[in-house]
Amino acid sequence: MPLSPDGSAAAPWPLWEVFVRPKRGLSHTHAGSLHAPDATIALQNARDLFTRRQEGVSIWVVPSAQITASSPDEKDAFFDPAGDKVYRHPTFYEIPDEAEHL
Amino acid sequence: MTAQLGDEDAQASFDAVIAADQRIEPRDWMPEAYRSTLVRQIAQHAHSEIIGMQPEGNWLTRAPSLKRKAILIAKVQDEAGHGLYLYGAAETLGVSRDDLLDLLHAGRQRYSSIFNYPTLTWADVGAIGWLVDGAAIMNQIPLTRCSYGPYGRAMVRICKEESFHQRQGFELLLTMSRGTNEQHAMAQDAVNRWWWPAVMMFGPPDSDSPHSGQSMAWGIKRFSNDELRQRFVDVSVPQAAVLGLDLPDAALAWDAERGHYDFGEIDWSEFKRVLSGDGPCNRQRLARRLQAHEEGAWVREAAMAYAAKHAGEDAGGAKTSREGDGHAAVA
Repeated sequence: MPLSPDGSAAAPWPLWEVFVRPKRGLSHTHAGSLHAPDATIALQNARDLFTRRQEGVSIWVVPSAQITASSPDEKDAFFDPAGDKVYRHPTFYEIPDEAEHL
Repeated sequence: MTAQLGDEDAQASFDAVIAADQRIEPRDWMPEAYRSTLVRQIAQHAHSEIIGMQPEGNWLTRAPSLKRKAILIAKVQDEAGHGLYLYGAAETLGVSRDDLLDLLHAGRQRYSSIFNYPTLTWADVGAIGWLVDGAAIMNQIPLTRCSYGPYGRAMVRICKEESFHQRQGFELLLTMSRGTNEQHAMAQDAVNRWWWPAVMMFGPPDSDSPHSGQSMAWGIKRFSNDELRQRFVDVSVPQAAVLGLDLPDAALAWDAERGHYDFGEIDWSEFKRVLSGDGPCNRQRLARRLQAHEEGAWVREAAMAYAAKHAGEDAGGAKTSREGDGHAAVA
């Protein structure tokens, strides 16, 4: 670990998550992560890393530490409420064939 | 991992995901051996990408035309990018990038033995693209379906870009092969030197590959070393014919019964020697990597100092307010 002038170990560059809008009309999607000292350089690094072949028209960078995620350990309890509500899907309903455009 | 589930339930849940050919994601519980196998493999892969910049980087300033130079710069830049995708994937397993680089620099993690061979002529750039990247693609395409999600996703991106690498190498060799007698001879010499190391890239024979069985069971590996090697030989022989170049193996012959090409004995003592550190360029490659890392330290530190000094200021036109839906966050 390199030492800075005051003798302390140099801090590593923080981690950022990168989201790229592939083209107009589509949402930003997660492309991956990278290290950068600040938001400006994170954006530049993201451009060089994830859009070398015009894969995007817009980039978001978010400090990884700022992302709140649902825990996979809670997945049953967290997502269960949707599990028994089949009536939320159109296929739940039986409609006579002669009723068109439904 | 702070699994609320009991260990047995967690193992059962992991096994069910693997059995269903679904993907394990970073915060899922996973067996420690699965995690450490992936860290070792992904780190070795990432190290190979960044060390792999050196043999070809050697020719950047000596490319024969502006076109070839631009292509080679793009390729070497891709290799850096591939390294970064892979370090990013490794970090999702709870290791730090700095630690992985330290392990590489200390010689405690490996990179592919292929990058310890020298690039003696311009034709080597073509042979590397055709054979080395060709072998890498053969290895990597099945990895896009690896059971560990972040590794598979990194491989999808890498495989798309490797295709350009292989084709530019093939085209370079074809141009030389159809050029003057001297150019043809130079292309043939490069193929003579790179063929066997490329065949060795698939790793030891199945009979001597202790971790393969477990990696296959975990869905990390999809095909055995020998299967992939055979596939590589089978596609390379007709390609060499198109190039008008010979492969340096007198035993190469079509076996109609097997439906595959037979090929000669591989010198595994050479493979082991190069892997254990005694190849033509091992010391040079590692020393160059360490030099680049140490000489870049002040840049990394200065960037952090600048970021600390300007913390809280506008990020220079990068604010999301310019983005209509920026504040709606990543919903």
